[in-house]
Parts: sequence; C-alpha cells; structure tokens
Amino acid sequence: MELIWQGIRQAFGLIFGFDAEVWRISLLSLRISGTATLISLVLGVSAGTTLALTRFPGRRILVSLVNTGMGLPPVVVGLFVTISLWRNGPLGVLGLLYTPTAMIIAQAVIATPIVTGISLAAVQQLPAKLRLQILALGATRWQMVRLLLREARLPLLAAVMAGFGGVISEVGASIMVGGNIKGSTRVLTTATVMETGRGNFDVAIALSVILLLLTFAVNYLLTRIQQAERPR
Amino acid sequence: MIAGAPILELRAFRVRRGGADVLNLPSIAVSPGETLSLIGPNGAGKSTLLLGLSGIEPPCAGELLFRGERVPAGAAALTYRRRVAMVFQEPLLFDTTVFDNVATGLKLRNLPKDAVGRRVAESLERFRIGHLAGRSARTLSGGEAQRASIARAMAVAPEILLLDEPFAALDPTAREALLEDLAHTLRETGTTTVFATHDRAEAQRLADRVAVLDCGRLRQIGTAEEILRRPADSFVASFVGVENLLPVRMLPAAAGGAFAAVLVGNTGREGGVPPGCATLEIGGAAPGLRAGSEGLLCVRPEDVLVTTPGDRRGSVVNQLQGRVTALVQQGPFIKVAIDCGGVTIVAAVSMHEARGLAPAPGCAVTVALRPADLYIIPKG
Repeated sequence: MELIWQGIRQAFGLIFGFDAEVWRISLLSLRISGTATLISLVLGVSAGTTLALTRFPGRRILVSLVNTGMGLPPVVVGLFVTISLWRNGPLGVLGLLYTPTAMIIAQAVIATPIVTGISLAAVQQLPAKLRLQILALGATRWQMVRLLLREARLPLLAAVMAGFGGVISEVGASIMVGGNIKGSTRVLTTATVMETGRGNFDVAIALSVILLLLTFAVNYLLTRIQQAERPR
Repeated sequence: MIAGAPILELRAFRVRRGGADVLNLPSIAVSPGETLSLIGPNGAGKSTLLLGLSGIEPPCAGELLFRGERVPAGAAALTYRRRVAMVFQEPLLFDTTVFDNVATGLKLRNLPKDAVGRRVAESLERFRIGHLAGRSARTLSGGEAQRASIARAMAVAPEILLLDEPFAALDPTAREALLEDLAHTLRETGTTTVFATHDRAEAQRLADRVAVLDCGRLRQIGTAEEILRRPADSFVASFVGVENLLPVRMLPAAAGGAFAAVLVGNTGREGGVPPGCATLEIGGAAPGLRAGSEGLLCVRPEDVLVTTPGDRRGSVVNQLQGRVTALVQQGPFIKVAIDCGGVTIVAAVSMHEARGLAPAPGCAVTVALRPADLYIIPKG
C-alpha cells in the first residue's frame, strides 16, 4: 500500500515538476493514440455507416468480422503489422518498423473495428423511417448521411471514447512495432512495462497514474462535448 | 372535384418487394389543388404508394408523371423530390430544437438565413407552435410533435404534400385540432395533397376524392359520396361501413326505369319473401346488373329507419316487419340487429330515437328503407 502511495506522490511530482522525459512520453502517447483514433474515426464511421445503410450479399459476414475485430488481441495486430513492416515484408521498403508511424498503424488497426462496430450500431438504432423522412425533406444522399450522423452524434462520441480508450491503454502491439526506443517510440504503456520489469514499481505506478489521468482528461473532455450536445 | 390537367399521374405503376407485387395500379391522376385520400386496411399499399409518389421508392415498372413529365429514378429525381414533402405517422423529429427541425428542409435547399428564419416563423405560427420554437423536440407532446412535423413539411411550400396517417397516434382532441388547422392550411395554400388514412371521417373531411386500396390494387376511386353510397364491390362496401350486404335478385325495371329487387336467401314466411314486402324499390345498381341477376343490396345502418309497427313515418315503400335480435352500444348509436323473415338487417339508432323506440330483443319493429339509400352491387 505504501508503494502505491509513493507511486502516486511520485506521479504528481513528475507531472508538476515538469519532468522532461515523462512529459515527452506522455505527449507522444497522446499524439500516437490521438492520430490512430482520428484515422479509425474516418475509416470506422465511413465503414459503419455504409454497413448500416446498405444491403448486399455477404453483409452479415462482414458485420460478424467487424464484431470479431472489436475484440482483436493487440499482440496479434502487433505480430501482423511487424511482419508487414519487417525489412523483407510486403511494406518493408517503407522502413517504418520501430517508428511512431508503425505504432499509429497498429493502433489504427486495433481501433478501426471498434469505431466501425459502434458506428454501425449507432446508425442502425435510429428509426428506420428517419432515412425516408430526410429524403422526403429533399435531401441528397450525402445530406441524408450527414443528417443521420448528426442524429447519431452521441453514440458516435462514445465510439471515439471507446476507440481512444482501446489504443491508449494497449501495450502489446506498441512494444512489438515500436520497440520502446527511448526518445523515439517509448510511450506510457511501454515505459510502464519496462519499469515493472526492472523492479522500479514506484516509477511504474507513477506512469500508470499519469496514463489514467491522461485517459480521464480526454474522456472527460469528450463527455463534456457529448452531454453539452444534448438539447434540454 | 378540382378540374384541370393532372399535376401528378401514375401509369401502370408496379412496386415489387420480396418477389411479389405490393402495388399494381393501372392509373391514378391527381388534379392541381386536389386532396386525394387513400383508404384501405393494413398492407393495402397506401404507404408504398405515397413513397412511390414521393420519388423515394421508384417503381419496378410503369411511370410517375409530374405536370406531364416523367419523373426520373435515382439522384435525377432530386428536383422533383424538392417539390414534394411528406409527413409520416411518427413525427420523426431530429434531436434539436423545434426551430431547427422546421428549418431542415429549407437549409437542405440552401436558402438564405433570413429567408429560412421568415419561413420557419410563418410555418410555426400557421400550426400554432411559434411559442415552442426554442424547445427541444424531445420534450414535445405527441400532438405538438406532429404539428412540428407538418410545419416542417409545409415550410418548404411543397407543390405536393403527402401525408401517411399523420393523425393515427394522436388523441381525439389533438387530432381534431390539428385536422382543423391542416384543412384550413390546405384550403388557403391550395396545396395538392395525397393523404393516407384508416379513418373514413378524416377522409371525408379533407378529401375531394377517395381511393380505396386493397392488397396493392385500386378497388375504387371517386368522391366520398360515391364511395360511401355506391361502392364498387363488397370489399369497398364493407370497408366504408356498409354493414348490410343483403342478397337480392334483380327484377325487371319498373316504369320510369326504377330498379326493383327481391330479397333472396331468407327462410322466412311467404315463400322466401319478407312479410309485407314482396319487392324493394332500389335507387341504383351497378352497371351491368340486369333482371334475373343476383346481387348484394348495400344498406348503411344509419339509413335504416326503425319504427314501432303502425308508425307512419319513413318510406311508404320498402317496409319490412321484423323482430329485434340484438343490441350493441357503439359510440353515440345503438346498433340494432333485426330479423326480417330470415334476413338480418342492422340499423344504427340514435340515443334520442332509441328512447322513443325502446328496442329490446324480441320486440316487433318496422324497418323502412328509402329507395334513394339503396344500391345493388354484383355478387361476389
């Protein structure tokens, strides 16, 4: 228990003491996971909306794959992204392995099915006739999609939170494709694993607390936006 | 009935779903400024027809003409769709303010902000919900929400308004008030309207003409009076409340061309003819019915006059003697079933009449039928 208190005290010391390395890896965590979430948002909302509004052969299989993908193990993603980016792999020529870009790719692969699945559910839960009503008001197809997404904005913000939460906290893929290189690819989760491995539990706890605070801050901000959107 | 070249016309219009025709209409034309009411049971194709008329659900065969021009399918139908507005049974309001809801159609058409504000305000006032402009649509009552939905449709000043049972979910008070405001607006704006409903009274009140649909087919189209008084067949007759469909055999026309018929199928006295009435004088019959052919005599319960035996009121012809077999209270009427020599005739007796008549099962009564209220349709 004493160890935990010591870790919490140290966390606040590191934050408010403006420890350069801690701030750097915190901001890198935010940048990598934020970018990955944005990419997943673009891909996931588009895919989820398309799946919700269209009917085609094989759609059910695709929806099942998306639902399976929502629980994709990060280490499996890490393994396949590593193989793809490996020097002799199909994308090896890009030289991205052990870079923040590789971590963004891996995290986007993890977050996209989560955002897709929640977007699909968000659009599907809207009244079936709402689409017809929007068209009957004289909307083009794009205007209809825009209005439907506006109607589903609260669950879509939940999709952002779930996607961000999924990637900011994952460690398996980040360590495999990023390599936890100091000053380059070390993020809060990989640093926590490393410090735990070294037996520096107090530092590991401090990093965990910072990770939790960061996740809380982002989700608090998104929740404020979500709840402010609700008309009274 | 409003005359003129049709603003809207369907020709050989077919819609298929799941491999079956859900709508198959040879032709329907709507005149400018006309209100056409669609009535029919669930699954009759009323909503499908409205979606077809809106340009949202194109037909698999046939065509939709707007002012004589064919409405194209797909994205090319946008110009037409922006001349039409549709209101559904559910208000389907967006999760925003009432003002923004009513402004949606105008914003989709990229109207300038001041024009949007002016037209939204006009539409809100027209439907008496100006005071709700800033309220969230989620907080409205059912009646307010449906008013907002209709105001949203009318804000775009549509040339054609399509209404899919918009009053079905409202309580009688809210329904009556909204019906009155809508009828006033339609009269004032002269908007061509196609209006689906289950309710005959709504159809009669709003419509210039009524179309009866069943299983995706048009059974009859005409004025409300024609549909109610001269139904095309037994389905239409039953649907519009003709509770007495009595088997008759046509007799040779009397002098002056009046129709006559005898009730058949009864097991009463005097050789199957109801006592005191060998024949009935009939006001009209469907085309093609000749002497000797069998048909169904349509008599609306409210057209059946029930008196005590010996009472001289009512028609001096077409008087039948009978006995009351059952009584059912139905709204402001009492439905009285009367056995007239084996033929059961249902009469709707007002509470006022019932007090004088005091009908009870087993009591003898006289049934009088005015020839003008009788119409014969083909059997089957």
